[in-house]
Amino acid sequence: MLIERRWKKWVFFYIPLTIFVLGTLFPFYWMLVTAIRPDAELYRSWRAVNNAPFWTVQPTLEHFRDLMEKTTFPRWLWNTFFIAVISTGISLACGLLAGYALARLKFPMAGALGTSIFVTYLVPPTLLFIPLADIIRDFQLGNTPWALILTYPTFLIPFSTWLLMGYFKTIPKELEECARIDGATRFGAMTRIIFPIAVPGILSAGIFAFTLSWNEFIYALIFLSSPERKTVPVGVVSELIRGDIYFWGQLMAGALLGSIPVALVYSFFVEYYVTGLTGSVKG
Amino acid sequence: MKNPIAGGAGRAAPVEVALPHSRASQRRTLTGLLENERFLALVLLTPTVLILGMFIAYPFGMGVWFALSSISVGNPGHFVGLKNFVKAWNDSIFRIAFWNTSVYTFWATIFKLVLGMWLALNRHFRGKRIVRASMLLPFIVPTVLSTFAWRWMFDPTFSVLNWTLYKTGFIVTKLPFLSNGDWALWCAIVVNTWRGMPFFAITLLAGLQTINTDLHEAASLDGANGWKRFWYVTWPLLKPVTVVVVVFSIIQTFSDFQLIYVLTGGGPANSTHLLATYAYQIGVAAGLLGEGAAISLCMLPVLFVVVWIQLRYLRRLEGA
Repeated sequence: MLIERRWKKWVFFYIPLTIFVLGTLFPFYWMLVTAIRPDAELYRSWRAVNNAPFWTVQPTLEHFRDLMEKTTFPRWLWNTFFIAVISTGISLACGLLAGYALARLKFPMAGALGTSIFVTYLVPPTLLFIPLADIIRDFQLGNTPWALILTYPTFLIPFSTWLLMGYFKTIPKELEECARIDGATRFGAMTRIIFPIAVPGILSAGIFAFTLSWNEFIYALIFLSSPERKTVPVGVVSELIRGDIYFWGQLMAGALLGSIPVALVYSFFVEYYVTGLTGSVKG
Repeated sequence: MKNPIAGGAGRAAPVEVALPHSRASQRRTLTGLLENERFLALVLLTPTVLILGMFIAYPFGMGVWFALSSISVGNPGHFVGLKNFVKAWNDSIFRIAFWNTSVYTFWATIFKLVLGMWLALNRHFRGKRIVRASMLLPFIVPTVLSTFAWRWMFDPTFSVLNWTLYKTGFIVTKLPFLSNGDWALWCAIVVNTWRGMPFFAITLLAGLQTINTDLHEAASLDGANGWKRFWYVTWPLLKPVTVVVVVFSIIQTFSDFQLIYVLTGGGPANSTHLLATYAYQIGVAAGLLGEGAAISLCMLPVLFVVVWIQLRYLRRLEGA
């Protein structure tokens, strides 16, 4: 019985799971072997006799060098980082304050306001990009990082408010009441007692927000035009494809380098990331 | 210090100014105002309401106006009523885009749900930490960048998938991954599933962990088999999380832009456009702001229904 169960688990679970995990990771492997493959090996007829696409015979760093020297890739990395950090900071600040107010304070229209913030959470950027481009132009923000720093919070604030509101609700009210009895002001109890306890929640929201802004594409595509101002996803799309020609080596090198910062952040904070991910829908 | 909790701040001696409760004497100052619950709420919510109002509510109103006018780049336009919507309705590419969006959302969501559920339910196995960490990678890496890897795998001339299938004898001619409209849409569904499945798996897993294992034990003592345990114990408790995850996924998939933009660009011959990519083509690439805004507003009814279900569901849970 036990042996049969183990056998079953292998056939119906471990083997499919292994295939599945390998399949899931294959595109990343493919990115890597393409990025270090010289052009002569890269563009070889698929029916060529000695073609072995799964392995790079003579690895080279020329694509990385081209990326660094012939494009403004380092600038794109910096832009993406800068925009992601500032807009995450703004969103966390707003989300903390608003989340606290919605979780703890009684005021008229609290329910309606909470609902409308939740509804804005569900408004996708692709619904708004055309009029928003016009507004950005009116504010003279086109082609500046501020166009993105101010618009990314539109999807980051509702999310962090929602997540932090959920987090605040798990903190017992008594903690605050004690502080108030000891003479703390309402504001002081919030900043000195509740916010420090909420640090794990803030970290989760921050990490998730950071990866969301690193991933954003359509606003960056529309609001930025000069090559040195672009973010990584937009720069890769618009500068490494010329006409119909895809520079695959450089594209894959760029994709790899552009993914590393988020992958690093993620690997250091897996637990917080997972909390952010699951908290983003639970509320 | 003798009597720290006492009131009577108005009569406080000057030496007591440093004590916490003596702040009550400064009721007119900002600190005093912040003690007022309503005022504090106003202060705390203002930045959020300002940003969301300025960059969501205002553009939304403007989008509705755009959709009802003949505005284009360099031409302020005038009110034209529903003309843009009628034009979209009679446009065959728009119909294809709407159909594609529905097919894409439907199948991608089903696949993500099934795979995510399969992974989440089999949660006790060796090496699950490594599996979980690597499983989340597609979700972390920026969509545009990972989609390029897929596009390269589907490349018409150098596709590694074609090469493998050819070498192993499954095919004799290349498969038209992205050069045939139907194939291309299914490729997009595969890539979307690949990217979005971790979100389902992780969130459903979190939902499963809240289910008390005693319930399962009780059910198996009563003679319930694996399927019955899932259907009568796990599923009713997992349903709320599932509904929320599916709603989020539908919204994101239905309004997807970047994946199609990179993978097919709407081609070949406009056969794989989604509403968002078609709105971009008309509104930004061709500069017809009014028509573009009308096309993206066509997403609204579907999103509205989904959000409405979500809100009702949340209310019911809160009421329970």
